[in-house]
Amino acid sequence: MYRYDEFDEAFVRERVAQFAWQVKRRLDGSLTDDEFKPLRLKNGVYLQLHAYMLRIAIPYGTLSSRQLRQLALIGEKYDRGYGHFTTRQNLQFNWPKLRDIPEILGLLADVEMHAIQTSGNCIRNVTADQFAGVAADEIEDPRPVAELIRQWSTLHPEFDYLPRKFKIAVTGAPQDRAAIAAHDIGIGVVKNDAGAVGYRILVGGGLGRTPMIGKVVRDFLPKADLLAYLEAILRVYNLEGRRDNKYKARVKILVHEIGIDEFRARVEAEFAKLDGPTINADPEEVARIAAYFAPPAYEKLPPVSRAYEAMKAANPAFAAWAEINTFPHRQPGYAAVTISLKGIGEAPGDATSDQMCAVADLADQYSFSEIRVTHAQNLVLPNVKQADLFALWQKLGAAGIAEANVGLITDIISCPGLDYCALATARSIPIAQDLAKRFADLDQQRNIGPLNIKISGCINACGHHHVGHIGILGLEKRGAESYQITLGGDATENAAIGEIIGPGITAEEVPDAIERLVSVYLAERQAGETFIEAVRRLGLAPFKAAFTKEAADVAA
Amino acid sequence: MSLLDRNGVKAEIWSREAGATPRIVPFAELAEALSGNQPVGVEIANTVRLPELEPHFDRLALIAIIFPSFSDGRGFSIAKSLRNAGYRGTLRAVGPLIADQFAYALACGFDEVELPPDVASRQPVEIWLAAARAFRATYQTSHQTGGQSILEQRRAARGIQR
Amino acid sequence: MSAQKKTPLPAILLANALLDGDVVFRTASGWSRDPREALVAEDEATANRLLDEARAAFARNEVVDADLVDITRDEAGVPVPNHFRERFKVKGPSHRPDLGKQAEFGVR
Ligand code: HEM
Ligand code: SF4
Repeated sequence: MYRYDEFDEAFVRERVAQFAWQVKRRLDGSLTDDEFKPLRLKNGVYLQLHAYMLRIAIPYGTLSSRQLRQLALIGEKYDRGYGHFTTRQNLQFNWPKLRDIPEILGLLADVEMHAIQTSGNCIRNVTADQFAGVAADEIEDPRPVAELIRQWSTLHPEFDYLPRKFKIAVTGAPQDRAAIAAHDIGIGVVKNDAGAVGYRILVGGGLGRTPMIGKVVRDFLPKADLLAYLEAILRVYNLEGRRDNKYKARVKILVHEIGIDEFRARVEAEFAKLDGPTINADPEEVARIAAYFAPPAYEKLPPVSRAYEAMKAANPAFAAWAEINTFPHRQPGYAAVTISLKGIGEAPGDATSDQMCAVADLADQYSFSEIRVTHAQNLVLPNVKQADLFALWQKLGAAGIAEANVGLITDIISCPGLDYCALATARSIPIAQDLAKRFADLDQQRNIGPLNIKISGCINACGHHHVGHIGILGLEKRGAESYQITLGGDATENAAIGEIIGPGITAEEVPDAIERLVSVYLAERQAGETFIEAVRRLGLAPFKAAFTKEAADVAA
Repeated sequence: MSLLDRNGVKAEIWSREAGATPRIVPFAELAEALSGNQPVGVEIANTVRLPELEPHFDRLALIAIIFPSFSDGRGFSIAKSLRNAGYRGTLRAVGPLIADQFAYALACGFDEVELPPDVASRQPVEIWLAAARAFRATYQTSHQTGGQSILEQRRAARGIQR
Repeated sequence: MSAQKKTPLPAILLANALLDGDVVFRTASGWSRDPREALVAEDEATANRLLDEARAAFARNEVVDADLVDITRDEAGVPVPNHFRERFKVKGPSHRPDLGKQAEFGVR
């Protein structure tokens, strides 16, 4: 993991002091509320329905056990004993007091963390594949470049007052687990024909009220040029992005309006003018950062642990969990374990301080003290010996976080919705809870197979509903909550935006409606075909028919 | 105070009045002003782009860039583009910036900031000077005000160790 | 603090405390965290007075995001917002009855 040096350390301390001073100036009147608002947002402080909310960055989703314990402590001392892991690899606390936030930021700085640029019209927390550095299919670990971008984008003098928020995601593997096509800039590590490693750069993806899939602006960018190229993109966007309408201010609208070819021409023209060496990091700096991400001291193990196989054979519940929640590791004899924060009936992504401490302890014991946060709102222990999996599973069970549902229908992504969010038009957490209860049976879940349900409580799409295989969007219709269902979205390298399949329905109708859609799949699927593959093959018609039939039944 | 630079309050030597010298003219009157032989200052909206100014760099002693609100950051990129293109005259930010943006303005190439009276009275010059010093060092090598970026300091430290 | 849109009456005035963030209600004599203590404006003059007081409190840096909210009184006479959004704001998260004002003050 990256460790702060004296410069990083001084920097976050100064940031804490700066925020404390900004709060003071808000109170003495030298900053107006309008002036203070963007300043607090750039430190992750929102005002929600019931209280302030503090969003803490977990850069590229990597956490140490020490950091996770500190988050648990903050949750215990300044919040209500829990936190919410988000789709952007952040952690949100829902009840902090503004008067305490400078102190909380100080506690974060103690463990090399911050809340810088987790909101506001600036470059946000850089996200990456949660299996970075351990995935078998990886071309190169994306974390060093993500850290480089984190530093470069932090308090960038030119790009802190952009037309709108700006999100960057990086993946080092062809299989995209970071949803890079749904970001303002998506960076994919690629190899060109000559075998050189570089980046493919996508631009103009984004969700919100006008969902768009990112387009390729540069097929192959030499690694050394990255920061200069990002600067060129950001400068074109900062100058030409729309500022007349907040809903048209994202870079995706600029790309859409002028076209990707014109956008590319402008970026390339700007890039050609730049003096690369004054912008890009020198190779020694890149190497300095990369060294922090060297693999831990793995043991030499056989590819398959006999003890592990025996435990699976003896214990079907363990076998099911191991099959569903582990991911192939590049190191023989190891596995990456996803800890589901989607217990049946729980709020998706929420973890109590006790659970955070339990995970931190398990990371110390079994995973080189490292934890990852996924964009699906789960946690990962990236480096577990197969032989330790059984003991780990038992301890997770004791902490109440051994749900075997990763990637299945109850592994639901949900935003906070109207239970917390001041922008919401409807609730989303209770919808997720009801659906999870409806599909709780594990055999049934496994029979249904991989299926992502994603729920947002308003058109801002924080719950990624556009790219859910099944998306659920909460709206207000005639003074009541109403839910719009979309089908066919995909957040991976086959990125697609889901389509609306019928009229809005009430919260009570949602579980039946989803069950109806699943029934169509179960009846129509071919051998080995997943839900999303079946939707692509069959088209929306049979699903629409089943959905509308139900809507009609309800009306009758 | 309504004009300040990195050292504090600054005396205004320019005027926007017709006939004054030296004078800051609106962009629409630039061609006319350039035909004289006085030093020229021009004030531009943040929609004016580099190619419209670049041919006149050596005649422009001052370019004032208007910030319609503090949250509209186009002026930062315009200033940086002007500096990248080799402009060496004075760059002035005009509008309701806030003190917390002072370091950004300087790092993008501005020399001075001209504030409307209400902002100036709420945010006295001491606040601006303190805000400009909030961080001893920042990460962006390309956006510095004379000091060294963190990356350059790391490089220097490596040099010593070697 | 939008006085432009006309809020139907009766109404209460709620806001967030600047330093704590907590939802607070304007009472006859100040601010309370307890929704049961909210002063109910039955007429235009009282509603305007509430808004004036909120503006003054905003200027004193006590509260932010103040707004009039139309309500109906329940059997016990406690004001309940008519829109579901504000009902959640007054009660707390619906899936966590142990949190928010529903837990603290027993509002339903
Ligand atoms: C709770 C307070 C929150 C507020 C006020 C909020 C606000 C917003 C807004 C206004 C947008 C739309 C931006 C646009 O279209 O330009 C947005 C998008 C988004 N937010 Fe949130 N959000 C909140 C919580 C969350 C949470 C909990 C998550 C993760 C679970 C999240 C992740 C996202 C993502 C992924 C998007 C879509 C990105 C995109 O448009 O490209 N947000 N949010
Ligand atoms: S999608 Fe809407 S309701 Fe959900 S968190 Fe985002 S802004 Fe709030």
